Amino acid sequence: MKIAIASGKGGTGKTTVAVNFAISLKDAQLFDCDVEEPNCNLFLGYDLEKVEDVNVLNPVIDKEKCDFCGKCSEFCQFNALAVLPEDVMIFPTLCHGCGGCSIVCPNEAISEVGRKVGVIEGSVNEGLVFYQGMLNIGELMTSLVIKVLQDHIDTNGIAIIDAPPGTACSFIASVKNVDYCILVTESTPFGFHDLKLAVDVIRTLGIQFGVVINRCNIGDNSVEDYCIEEGIPVLMKIPYDREIARLYSQGIPFVNEMPEWKERFVKLFRDVTSLYEMGNCSEQ
Amino acid sequence: MKQLTLISGKGGTGKTTIAAAFASLAENAVIADCDVDAADMHLILNPEIIETIDFYGLKEAYIDSSLCIQCGLCKENCRFDAITDDIKVDSFECEGCGVCAHICPEGAITMVERKAGEAYLSETRFGPMAHAKLSVGEEASGKLVALVRENSRDLAERYGKDLIIIDGPPGTGCSLIASITGVDMVAVVTEPSVSGIHDLERVLGVAGHFNIPAVVCINKYDINEENTRIIEDYCRDNGIDVVGKLPLSRIPTEAMIQEKTVMEYSGNELPDKFSEKLKDMWGSVMRSLN
Repeated sequence: MKIAIASGKGGTGKTTVAVNFAISLKDAQLFDCDVEEPNCNLFLGYDLEKVEDVNVLNPVIDKEKCDFCGKCSEFCQFNALAVLPEDVMIFPTLCHGCGGCSIVCPNEAISEVGRKVGVIEGSVNEGLVFYQGMLNIGELMTSLVIKVLQDHIDTNGIAIIDAPPGTACSFIASVKNVDYCILVTESTPFGFHDLKLAVDVIRTLGIQFGVVINRCNIGDNSVEDYCIEEGIPVLMKIPYDREIARLYSQGIPFVNEMPEWKERFVKLFRDVTSLYEMGNCSEQ
Repeated sequence: MKQLTLISGKGGTGKTTIAAAFASLAENAVIADCDVDAADMHLILNPEIIETIDFYGLKEAYIDSSLCIQCGLCKENCRFDAITDDIKVDSFECEGCGVCAHICPEGAITMVERKAGEAYLSETRFGPMAHAKLSVGEEASGKLVALVRENSRDLAERYGKDLIIIDGPPGTGCSLIASITGVDMVAVVTEPSVSGIHDLERVLGVAGHFNIPAVVCINKYDINEENTRIIEDYCRDNGIDVVGKLPLSRIPTEAMIQEKTVMEYSGNELPDKFSEKLKDMWGSVMRSLN
């Protein structure tokens, strides 16, 4: 079962929930899909090994064969090539690796070579099976790194996926194929507004979901009222607690110091599983 | 005209709160909200929309099923898994490259424009504002950010403004890069947690990669003063100014609930050190920028 932890707004506690949730379960796998800013391992402190590089296929021009006809740059939707009277310029970070330029080239002058845009790292020898993706600085192909990372999910087990903030492509790439999505929010106007955006996307994708309200004693009741009105399950409430905040700032998963929370996360998993099964029944 | 972007790497460190406060302190600025897929600035600034511009993102493949012979060449050649087994386009995966349309022997595939959001030119109580809304599930947020940036420059010219304050997105990817290219300075809002520090270093790496000068604001500095010192040392070693430190406070949330900037909220009802510190921070940012 694949469960994504997502939010819309940044800084609501996705990573905190994902890490503490995964630690509390036995035999969970954890995937850090926030590849622009992966933070899970700051709390796990595992020794990670490189699993594979993430490469985008970029064009290489054979200048002997090229007659500078310009068909490649005309075709490229991403402005990754510019053809000059006697040269072809390539802008590697703009290239999505679609291969269109080499298909349209009438002189077979374009071949492709992999260019590294990120890396997948992992650890299978620690308490958890853990993988993370890391986008290289200055690169744009976030969703590709997330896709390559998700290929390492063992779908026979439980996989917890820490998603990136926002509601755009990297968020969608992270949650698209999951069984259930937990949206972590806080009950502030910003948290509430971005929750509604995330709910819109999750509903469009047709994924079952519920909400965890973090720092539930700060702000107002708008999130909970909304969830009741919309029939969205509130799966857990985590109060603002200076101890939790202190442990977070030091990179310590709070379930390790506050074991009563481990049971709550185990219950969260049971609740999510039964909601998921009920949802499947009602669909049939 | 100068452009300043507030960024953070990590989300939720206080970018928008600080950007809105800066907007209320600036005397002659345009405000741009470039966090287009989770925009929040309008919740505080209540912009009155003057002009709406449709945003067309990437094109998308459209398969005319009456012409399709199910040969599967499109699926075979798509590098993004955007053609399903029954030869339909998966909108969420399609990147709009056009390879399928080129390869289709029956001419059954065309690339179509699709509205992917809206950009707005607005008026607020602190001056003109450029912002946007990405449609549900759309890609190309970097392109929409570029449109908001362009609109903000138009507004600055139209109204004779000499500064653009840009609220950036979290992360280090395409929308972040689109939010900072060509600006005069970035102000990185961080917090003294291990995540805050890690993400600060990465996002400073991106700013450095594009040769953009940076200053650092430490928010909630008192949640872990040891980590605050680590950030200050790191910045000193890398020649980056720390322009201010703000304590953990309920004021930003309370102000947000009342749809006010921190300056308006505490200025009227609760004189406190928080807004004074923000004012000092603004002064330091402006000195660095000029």
